[in-house]
Amino acid sequence: MMPTVMIRRTDTGALTFYVAKKDLEETVVSVETDTEGAWGGEVALADGSRFYVEPISPPPRFPTTVRCRRL
Amino acid sequence: MTRDDTKALIDEVLEVYPAKAKKDRAKHLAVGDPDAEQSKKCVTANRKSVPGMMTIRGCAYAGSKGVVWGPVKDMIHISHGPVGCGQYSRAGRRNYYTGDTGVNVFGTMNFTSDFQERDVVFGGDKKLDKILDEINTLFPLAKGISVQSECPIGLIGDDIEAVSKKKAKQLGKPVVPVRCEGFRGVSQSLGHHIANDTLRDWVLSNRDGDTSFETTPYDVAIIGDYNIGGDAWASRILLEEMGLRVVAQWSGDGTLSEMELTSKVKLNLLHCYRSMNYISRHMEEKYGIPWLEYNFFGPTKIAESLRRIAERFDDTIKENAERVIARYQPMCDAVIAKYRPRLEGRRVMLYVGGLRPRHVIGAYEDLGMEVVGTGYEFAHNDDYDRTISELGSTTLIYDDVTGYEFERFAERLRPDLIGSGIKEKYIFQKMGIPFRQMHSWDYSGPYHGYDGFAIFARDMDMTINNPCWSKLTAPWQRPAAAA
Repeated sequence: MMPTVMIRRTDTGALTFYVAKKDLEETVVSVETDTEGAWGGEVALADGSRFYVEPISPPPRFPTTVRCRRL
Repeated sequence: MTRDDTKALIDEVLEVYPAKAKKDRAKHLAVGDPDAEQSKKCVTANRKSVPGMMTIRGCAYAGSKGVVWGPVKDMIHISHGPVGCGQYSRAGRRNYYTGDTGVNVFGTMNFTSDFQERDVVFGGDKKLDKILDEINTLFPLAKGISVQSECPIGLIGDDIEAVSKKKAKQLGKPVVPVRCEGFRGVSQSLGHHIANDTLRDWVLSNRDGDTSFETTPYDVAIIGDYNIGGDAWASRILLEEMGLRVVAQWSGDGTLSEMELTSKVKLNLLHCYRSMNYISRHMEEKYGIPWLEYNFFGPTKIAESLRRIAERFDDTIKENAERVIARYQPMCDAVIAKYRPRLEGRRVMLYVGGLRPRHVIGAYEDLGMEVVGTGYEFAHNDDYDRTISELGSTTLIYDDVTGYEFERFAERLRPDLIGSGIKEKYIFQKMGIPFRQMHSWDYSGPYHGYDGFAIFARDMDMTINNPCWSKLTAPWQRPAAAA
């Protein structure tokens, strides 16, 4: 599955993962690569599911829409 | 009722179903759990209704033509297909607007291509071409035209996009093809999504690169307020009193040019999350416009929302927000002093769509009333995520409730008021339960804003405390001799 995901920053500053087709709106708990140079890699969500996002360099301005792979 | 009582009630109601239907429906019924962080653990939403279950839902056409596109007043919305869909939904939603109907605005009128057998057999594209010309001749002040597909359009494979593109060029005004055939999706919710997507593709970017519009740092747009009974007006004045400039109303009393200008605002204020989160998310990504959900039902939530909106602006706006709240406080106190003693402790069951099953809870609580059951026709799980924090630990939740379940729940809970739609109204009134039609405010309104709260309180009082209810016994409960 290669869902298209919109990642946005909430009012509290946390990142959320939003998949419109799946009604999935979930907080991101960890990102593998989150540096000044790149953003991406393995993304873990609060519900325990994990996705892989091809690292984006330089880091995107949120919100942004990316393709990801379920792990 | 305790938590266990509510659970037992659900089990009791489910008892009559065959095993498969029971398993399916059990997922849609739940008891409120304020500690739950996510709704999907307790309730399943946005699934296909089981045939024969008498769902109360609408269709994708209802979501697009009726909800999102319909209120755009200076455009003509063609109900493309057979005559019924447009005619029987005409003007029922009471989205108020200003202007001269039939001259420069067209809100309550019904435009249809009136499909006949011939059009289904040979295709309706030629007819569409012709009526677009007719509309342009008869109503030259229409700023644009949208083509709202009814079921047959998708079934026979008409190419409304090609016709629309050709005619848009010829007529020199936007012609928007909307693929909102009724059979798409499980409820009207997909119609909202489709309508949002067409707004995004055909309207929103029309004035990109045009800098002639003078902006201010205080520009906002009201998104997802359909001006039912004047709701958007009652909201708009509060924002304007705060010093904000409302550039656009989506879509109650809205115009095409307002919508085209929305990409220039600083903040999108989102009232109905369900029907317009799509376009808000898109504008955030494409134009960097943040969006903020707010709730203008009842003084507690209004004050909370006004402060949250003001947070996004400078100190002048923050001070203004406090002034607005202080100014209306005496009025709200008077309303509460008058009605709370008459409504205190009364119990309410709600079953509506969009935002109301959670947004009006605060307004009822301001009047001392308790919401004992709530549910959505077409919510997704993100709506229930936003709902569970508003509920108590014994509140009954029913998603896409069936006619049978709703009646049984009402019989057992015996609420003092039910708020739902017109199809439910007379059933519950005959059961002797006071009822408010909460889709179009029962021909009243507005209910948004401080002014709306006064009307809301009056309406709830005159419904619940109406002396007729004590005189009403259902025919089957009357003693045999009297019947």
